[in-house]
Amino acid sequence: MQKMNPSPDDSGANDRNRGLEAPAAPVISYNEVVLDHFLHPHNVGELAKADTDGFVVVGDSSCGDQMKLWISVRNQRIAKIAFQSFGCPGAIATSSMLTVLAEGRTIEEARLITDDDVVEALGGIPAKKRHCSLLGVQALQAVIDDWEKRGRAPPEQP
Amino acid sequence: MIYLDHNATTPLHPRAFEAMLPFLKELWANPSSPYRFGSQAKAAVEFGRGQIANCIGCKPSEVVFCSGGTESDNLALRGVVRALKSKGNHIVTTAIEHPAVLNTCKALENEGYRVTYLPVTEEGVVEMAALRASLCDGTILVTVMHANNETGVIQPVEEIATTTRARGVVFHTDAVQSAGKLDRKLAELGADLVTFSGHKLYGPRGVGVLYVREGTPLAPWMTGGTHEHGLRAGTENVAAIAGCAEAVTLAFEEAETEGHRLRSLRDRFELQVGAAIQAVRFNGSEAQRVPNTSNISFQDVDGESVVLGLDVRGICVSTGSACSTDDPEPSHVLRAMGLSPRAAQGSVRFSLGRDTCAADLDATVSALKDTVAHLRRVSSIRGDLE
Repeated sequence: MQKMNPSPDDSGANDRNRGLEAPAAPVISYNEVVLDHFLHPHNVGELAKADTDGFVVVGDSSCGDQMKLWISVRNQRIAKIAFQSFGCPGAIATSSMLTVLAEGRTIEEARLITDDDVVEALGGIPAKKRHCSLLGVQALQAVIDDWEKRGRAPPEQP
Repeated sequence: MIYLDHNATTPLHPRAFEAMLPFLKELWANPSSPYRFGSQAKAAVEFGRGQIANCIGCKPSEVVFCSGGTESDNLALRGVVRALKSKGNHIVTTAIEHPAVLNTCKALENEGYRVTYLPVTEEGVVEMAALRASLCDGTILVTVMHANNETGVIQPVEEIATTTRARGVVFHTDAVQSAGKLDRKLAELGADLVTFSGHKLYGPRGVGVLYVREGTPLAPWMTGGTHEHGLRAGTENVAAIAGCAEAVTLAFEEAETEGHRLRSLRDRFELQVGAAIQAVRFNGSEAQRVPNTSNISFQDVDGESVVLGLDVRGICVSTGSACSTDDPEPSHVLRAMGLSPRAAQGSVRFSLGRDTCAADLDATVSALKDTVAHLRRVSSIRGDLE
């Protein structure tokens, strides 16, 4: 089996069709960071029930994408985070990057993460995939709402 | 690279390329010019017209060259309704047409025509009863594709032709995805107008054909010179016509043997995918299909993600049609076949071609197995296919 290779430039092309080589980039050209988060997403899976302090399912009705997000909160901090996503490469990569940005943050800090932060951390995504990054940020806000609703103390005011 | 997107486009056949060269290099004259140099170019166009007429079983005077499948569809639809404006304003088509027909019908609706979009069965075949019921006194045109571009499902065009002829209604079929893939003379389908295109059968882009049965009412929709029997103005693309004619000749020569080869490869591929990956649906596979096309829904994953997962492994496939890559809506074809939006979203088209061999498909099955397993591990959905 061919090894997964995030570089579309070097994708195990054989010589037979050399003369017919397509442009190196995929139809929607994602950069290497996005490709890496798509191929090797971080924090995939679910948290054990005992660990779960907040859980949410959010959907994007415009494109059918769906995301589940779990958090475990210790001392007002997101100690563990896990996600599952159904959707296009943009949805998977932005979900993954969102969990990377949120992990270890205080609730207060996590509340401030925006879709622009996610896109910037990924080094940009194609314009028509920008809406994907909103789903993760909505999920993060909603999962914190859920944690608050479960009766945990709201964050202390500075 | 493994290329499995031949329904999007095909590589130029070396013989088609060779056939084009003289008209790019030495014989570059305008076919309408009054001197012998022009006549030589004109002769090349007429030679190509004769080759194509021979392949599809019609007279050379019934072959109209234009710029491609989209223009050929536009000429057929707009040309007929324009010629028959005084007779009625009703058009019958299907919900699964290519955008070249579907969006032309929508444009004609905006111009005041009434359009019926016929439903299809779960297997993607237009229902004859619905078609018969849709015809009325004001019906001036029926347009139903021969083979669907996403699923490869073949429509009952012979039966439709019998019906429309009895009713005196003009019938057009878009045969872009069947031309050269079936051992069948296109003019013998019985349609009054048949569209096909060069680049889907190893010819060049920028050339398409509209077969126009003698006596079919058709008005040009573009104004200009009197080229192509007055139906399509514009200086002939001689090199492309020569390449297209050569490619059509080759495709029809080899249609039977190549059809058998591709069908057995495609069927073997589907068996392998079904054995290697759980919860897949082969869309339209119970119907008659062109031999090269396989459309598969993978439960709980997104088709675009499968495409990228295969792309990074050097395998080119697509979701639906290349025209819809920018369109976030799940395939209108699969939705018309009754698939849920999610199941339609999880579909991928594999279209085989002349260079495809068994080893390519073995490698694709293996890459597909890994990609789908990866995406299912990531997916938030479990069991949404049915």
